[in-house]
Parts: sequence; C-alpha cells; structure tokens
Amino acid sequence: MSALFGLLRKEAYHILRDRRTLAVLIFMPVVQVMLFGFSIRTDVRDVRLVIVDPTPDATTLEIRNRFAAGGVFRIVGVSRTEEPLEPLFRTDSAQVGLVFEAGFGRHLAAGDPAQLLVITDATEPNTGTSRQFYVSAVIQQYESDLALRSGAVRITPQVRSRFNPTRESTNLFVPGLMAMVLTIIAALMTALSLTREKETGTMEALLVSPLRPWQIIVGKVAPYLAIGFLATLAVLLVARVVFRVPMEGSLVLLLGEGTLFILVALSLGILVSARTSSQRVAMLAAMMGTMLPTQMLSGFIFPLESMPRPLQWISIIVPARWFVFIARGIMLKGVGLAYLWRETLVLAAMTLVLLVASVRSFRVRLQ
Amino acid sequence: MSEAPVVVDDVVKRYGEVAAVDHVTAEVRHGELFGFIGPDGAGKTTLFRILTTLLLPDSGSARVLGRDVVTDLWALRREIGYMPGRFSLYPDLSVRENLDFFASVFGTTVAREYEHIAPIYSQLEEFNDRRAAALSGGMKQKLALCCALVHRPNILFLDEPTTGVDAVSRREFWELLARMRTSGLTIVVSTPYMDEANRCDRVALMQNGRILATDAPAAVAASFERTLLAVRSPDRYRVLLALRDYPHTQRVYPFGESLHLADDRAGIDAARASSEATAFLHDKGFTDARVEPTPPTIEDVFISRMSAVNAPVAAA
Amino acid sequence: MTSSGDDRAIRTNGLTRTFGAFTAVDHITFDVKPGEVFGFLGANGAGKTTAIRMLTGLLTPSSGEAWVAGHDVYRESELIKRDIGYMSQRFSLYDDLTVRENIRLYGGIYDLTRDQIRDRTERILSRLGLSDTAHDAVGALPLGWKQKLALSVALLHEPRIVFLDEPTSGVDPITRRQFWELIYEAAHAGTTVLVTTHYMDEAEYCDRISIMVAGRIAALGSPAELKRDAGASSIDEVFVRLVRPELAGGGGPAQ
Repeated sequence: MSALFGLLRKEAYHILRDRRTLAVLIFMPVVQVMLFGFSIRTDVRDVRLVIVDPTPDATTLEIRNRFAAGGVFRIVGVSRTEEPLEPLFRTDSAQVGLVFEAGFGRHLAAGDPAQLLVITDATEPNTGTSRQFYVSAVIQQYESDLALRSGAVRITPQVRSRFNPTRESTNLFVPGLMAMVLTIIAALMTALSLTREKETGTMEALLVSPLRPWQIIVGKVAPYLAIGFLATLAVLLVARVVFRVPMEGSLVLLLGEGTLFILVALSLGILVSARTSSQRVAMLAAMMGTMLPTQMLSGFIFPLESMPRPLQWISIIVPARWFVFIARGIMLKGVGLAYLWRETLVLAAMTLVLLVASVRSFRVRLQ
Repeated sequence: MSEAPVVVDDVVKRYGEVAAVDHVTAEVRHGELFGFIGPDGAGKTTLFRILTTLLLPDSGSARVLGRDVVTDLWALRREIGYMPGRFSLYPDLSVRENLDFFASVFGTTVAREYEHIAPIYSQLEEFNDRRAAALSGGMKQKLALCCALVHRPNILFLDEPTTGVDAVSRREFWELLARMRTSGLTIVVSTPYMDEANRCDRVALMQNGRILATDAPAAVAASFERTLLAVRSPDRYRVLLALRDYPHTQRVYPFGESLHLADDRAGIDAARASSEATAFLHDKGFTDARVEPTPPTIEDVFISRMSAVNAPVAAA
Repeated sequence: MTSSGDDRAIRTNGLTRTFGAFTAVDHITFDVKPGEVFGFLGANGAGKTTAIRMLTGLLTPSSGEAWVAGHDVYRESELIKRDIGYMSQRFSLYDDLTVRENIRLYGGIYDLTRDQIRDRTERILSRLGLSDTAHDAVGALPLGWKQKLALSVALLHEPRIVFLDEPTSGVDPITRRQFWELIYEAAHAGTTVLVTTHYMDEAEYCDRISIMVAGRIAALGSPAELKRDAGASSIDEVFVRLVRPELAGGGGPAQ
C-alpha cells in the first residue's frame, strides 16, 4: 500500500474522530453567514465619479466643480451620453454615476424641477449608502447656496443602485466570508494539525521514516482541501437559499478560484507550523498572520479605499484581498476571467511562492 | 566482518551553552543488546536522535549500518527502527490502525509482515480495535515496539522504552528484547534505571553528555575501585550522619534499605574495613548497626565516576 | 478534633471506592506511624491513585473508614488539606517563577506569615545551596535541584504528612541520594512520608511498603520482610511474583 494513501487515511481518521472540531468546521460557515447579516457603516474617500452631462452649461459646470473640489470624489470621466457608464462600472473604474438630465441648467433657471440622477455601485452596500449620502450633501450645499441667491430649490436627486439592487449586506459579505472560513479551515487547521504531531511526538516517528516532506505535506493538506471545498459549497448554498445572494457569473470559475485560495491558505498554515512547535503558538500565529489580515485588510468588512495608504499597501500581500475582489466580481457582477485574470494571476503566483516556501521550510530533521 | 553497526566518533551537540552530547565516542557490535544508562538530561535522547538522523551533530561523525547519519539519511531511514522516548503513536487511532499506518509509511502491510511481528503483535491482537489512548502503559510500549519493527529494520533504537511503565510491564518488555536479540537484531536501548543495565550485553554509563564507562555490566560493576560496605540500622538517618565523621569514609549514601560506605583506603581487606566501621559505630552508640562487605553495583560505580567528574557527593 | 482517638498518621479500615460496577479500591486496611517512610506501590491501574485521592481529601470513599492526621476523610477534607503536603514529579513548581517566588507563593497558599515565609525561605535556600540562584526561574534549574526544591516547598508549611508521587524517577544517582537524605531528615523530624511509585527500587528506601494489586493490598511490611517471605532478592521480584507469577519463573521457586 502506498505511503501517501496511508497518510490520507490516517488524516481522515483524525478528522472524523475529532467530532467536536468537525462539527465546528461544518457549522461555522453556516453560522457565520447568518451572523454577518448586518452592515457596518463606513467612511468614504476618493470615490471614482463619472459624470454624464448632455448639455453642459454654467450651472452643471459649477456643480461638477463642487464635486471635484470636495476631496471625497475623483472625477474619472465626463461624457455626454450614458453609454460609457456600463463598462466603467463593470470594470470597477467608476463607483458613482452622476447623470444630469438634458437641459438641467435651463430647467433650473426657469424655475422647473431639474432632474439629477445619482447612480451608485451598490455591490458594496455600506459604502454605496455612504457615497449616496456624500452626493446628497454636495447637492444640498449647492441648493442652499442657490436658495440664498434666488430662493428657489428644485433639484431632485434620484438614487439607483446597480448590480445589487436589493442592497442586501449579505451579498457583500458572502465573498469575504468565504475567504474567512477558508482561511480558518485551511490555514488554522493545517497549522494546528501539524503542530499537534510535533507536540505529541508523532512527528518524530514520521520524520524518522522514509517519508519525504512533500508526502507528509500532501497527506496533511489534501483532506483540508476537501473540507475547504465543501465549506465553500456550504456557504454558497446557505447564501443562496436563505439570503438569495445572486450568482451572476460562473460557479465553476468561482469554485476554481476558491480552490486556488484554499491552496494559498494551506501553504500559509504549513509555513506557520514550520516555525512553531506548540498548538498554542500556532493558533496565535495563524490568527495574527492569516485570519486578522483576512478580516481587516481584504475589504471584507472595511473598504480598502477608505484606509490609510500604508494599510492599503499592506493589503496587496493579503491573499484574501484578491480573492474577495474576484469572488465579488464573479458573484455580484458576473464578470469572467477576461476581467479577473490579473487578480487570478496574483493568487496563482502567491500559491506557487508559498507552496514552494512551505515545502522548503519543512524540516526533515528536528531542531 | 563488516564495520560495526553503530560507530560514534567524537560527536558533540550543543544547545546554546550546554553540551547535550559532549565528545562521545562509542561502538555497538553486531547482534548486541547495548544500553545507554544515565539520568534524565544525560544526553541519551540527543545522541539517539543524532543516530536516527533526526538531529545534526555540531562536530564529530556517526555511522549507522555503515552509513553516515548526516549524508545518507534517506537510505538510513528505510533501515532503522526507532521508538522515541515520548509516546509517538496516534492516540485517536486504534491498535490496528496505528500499525497499518506505520506499515504503509514503509510501503508494506501488516499482513505481509505478520510472521515477523507476531511474537509481539500476538499479545496486542485482542485489543485490535481499541484506541491507543486507552491502552495501559505496557501495552502502549508494545504497540510502539511493533510499529518500530513492522518494516523489518536492521537495527533498533529504543529511547527509554520502560520509562513510566510498571514493574511487571518493564520485565515483560526486557524479556521481549532478549528474545528479539536471539534473532541477531542489533538493539540499542537507553534507560535511566541502573537496575536495567544488567539486562544488556554491554552498557555505556552517561552523565552530562559524556560517557563515564563502557563495558559489560558485570565488568563495569567490578571496576569499582574501593571496598564497599553495606551498613544496616533501624536508625539509618543518624547512622548516615555519624558515618560522615568516620575518618575512612570516602563516600556514604543511602542505598535501598541500607547505607553504602566506600572505604577510602585502597586495597584494604573487606573484613577489616567492616569490623573497623562496626567498632566506630558502636563507639558512637549505634550498637545495633550491622556492617558487612557488599558487591558494588552499577549504581555504585555511577556514583563514584560521577563524583570523580563533578564535585564530590555534596553533604546534602 | 481528633476523631480517630490515637496519634497514627494514617489509619484506614476497609476503605473502598467504586466507579459504577468497577471497584478501584477494595477494602484496604493499613496504618502509617508518625515519622514513618511508607511506600505505596502498585502497577498502573492497581488503585494507587484512587487510594491517594481519598487520603488527600480529593475523593469521597464509597465505604470504609479513614483518618489522615487525625481527620476523618468524609467530613474533614479541608482540615486534611491543611495538614498534608504534596509533591509530584509532573507538577509542583511553576517553571516561570523564580525559586523565591515559588516559595513565597506556596507560603501564601498555606497562610504562613511574612516572617515565617522569610525565615523558611532562607532556611531552604541555604539547606539546598540555592542562595545564588534564588532569583533564577525554576525552569532553568537542573531536574535534580527542582525535585529537591519541590520537596522542600511541599514541607514548607510543616505538614504532618507529605505525599510524594514518584519523587526520584529519572534523576541521577547522586541527586537521588541527596533527595532521600532530605526525606529521612523530614521523617527524623517527625513528618510522615508516603511515597507512591511504581519503581520498585525506590521502594527499597522505605521503612515499610504496601503493594496494591487489583484494588487490594497484596503485601505489607518492611522491604526486608517482604523479600524474606517471598524468597526474592529484590522488591521488583516480589512485585512480579505477586502480580504475574508466571513471569517470575526463571530464577526463584514459584512457591
């Protein structure tokens, strides 16, 4: 019988017999999805604004200037028609669209209601709401300034969400949640399971055998890869059935990207275990090194764009940041590899680097 | 005949300031049951880990079965059987599952090796489905031994196999080893229990990373260079204190039921030494003290060699 | 307060403890005199641990009687805990505290006064030759020193009885002697010492020993008596004959 098969079977016994942990692994994703059914208010900066102004005049130009000057918005495009809006939103180049109706300045000057349409990308509902709030604030300021001069306020901002019309926070959280759950299962459980062998002394017996590091690692990793995959399905299922979270893009692509992410997390877990010798330290290291960044720096809970620059830079090396972006793109916007190939490449590169590093960091001897 | 199965040449292994193994040179012969005897912290485990390719020595070299333990580790790992000091089986797996696992690691099966491990496995078979965690100490050791033997190693390293095991299981275990030895397998074992030294063909006494003596147990015991007396008295604590003032005391210490007194006069007649010590104790009022010559044990030799290396026996 | 009506350190009469259908300790009866070094032997699972837990007030017996330091184990377990000391190889001292801090900690646990703690700390430090390392973490001490310190700490509140669990397994022969000298010294000063162990060579140092087999006391007496009665050369031999007669074979006559 092959050594690898023996290892896999042994690992399966461990997992199946540790009933409590197994129950946690199965129920945690479900419970998490339920828990994250609330939203967290967030601050907004550097919002990418696209303006559609069919009939530019002094009035619309002044309003546009106010948006450009406020410091909250950055105008990424101005157009006379609505056509460029769709691709800009899809590629995430624009976050808010400001559409003046034709003859906006004329209507206002004539004392008629002037229509202003505010389109928010509510893929991220918290920030979407905040952005709408900022847009309204700019308009209201303009209105009140106008009222002082003429005493007539006729602007009616309309708000419309895209991609995520119901603005369910769950929609936003599900991709981040998948990243969390997979990090816990893959990184934490792998690290714990390897350090447990060190702690109990069984690692000594494994090391003294002719098993090669890659065999030990694959034997450890494969079962958790499978569990991680199942957990992904569980999260998606609950999200779909209970919260009706959309699945705009390809499920197969999402599962593929999920597997890639699990591999990254598993490699991190092995790295953590290579540097620690007790489960307690491994647990802390896995929490600090993988779970915390996943929670804080992936855009899962706190939007990256409203973070200080240094944190944004740090987030670049957080694998979950890329996965969350990819998962949101696939699930909520329905985009495919054509738009996500860069992020996918980043994840793949991370997987490769970390896997090589973890196999190399695995000692064939005791310290 | 080819090279000895274990050749250790001036091996040093340090942990920071402490030399866990301090210039150790030793040789184990073919088919021998060889014991490294020494207390916790003597360096036995570190030495065993070096010999089983688990640790790199800082300097010196070691060869096992003719292979270098540093450069030839993958070939060696197929050929050695090693039972670590700590319980190294999976507590959540059953007896059979543990055995199956270690067989699979070496690309074999329990069925194929059955004949080979049967002498030990037959004692475990009725507990096949019991989790290793639920086995008694003696059973755990037998299972660990079975797992270390399942790939038919050419040499067996057992690090403190009898620590934490009750007296009956210890005896059973040593009898198993004696039986295995008859098959010609070279067995290297370590133990902190001096009384187990007599079970080995040859022993090395270890202390503070160094080897104090290497020889057959009887020869080690016979190497005690003083006249040794056993002193028995109901009031052994006060007798012990009194003997500290006896002018010919080289060392006196509790030894089981009695006290052992090493006379500091080289080559003195044992009967004369006894009667002089008896007279001294009588003078001190210990009229019921009995003194008689006693054959030195490995433990007496250990104490004597340790004292020579370190400080004299502290007055405690 | 003394309900047993005599000065024996430990007295048991038909002491029994069952767990469901399993009888862990089965009617054991024995006495230990003050100042005696009493060895409490048995194989793993023979009932030693259960018996000790009852005697230290941690476990209520199912039936039978027992007094420890004159206190009834059923009703006065709190008083028992004040009058006994306990040392085990596995746990006794905190490795991350210094020698002094460990002593102070245990002094505090047993309600010693500041003066008592200070005096006894100095006494222990000079007795063990630890004065120079008093501010070192206990974890950094060699095993033998730790063991001696642990015993001294167990004796800190001058208990009438001290329970020692495998106190010298694994230590070097010289430290072992020093340890036994400490035990004899305490016994000489009137402290009763109860040593539980499954290492038979440790038993030879005791005044009297009892050997438990399957919950019962199978032999009781001085090591010399037991060896004489069994015609054996060591307590190890005596033990094996009691527990597994067929194994003893080889040398001596099997009765």
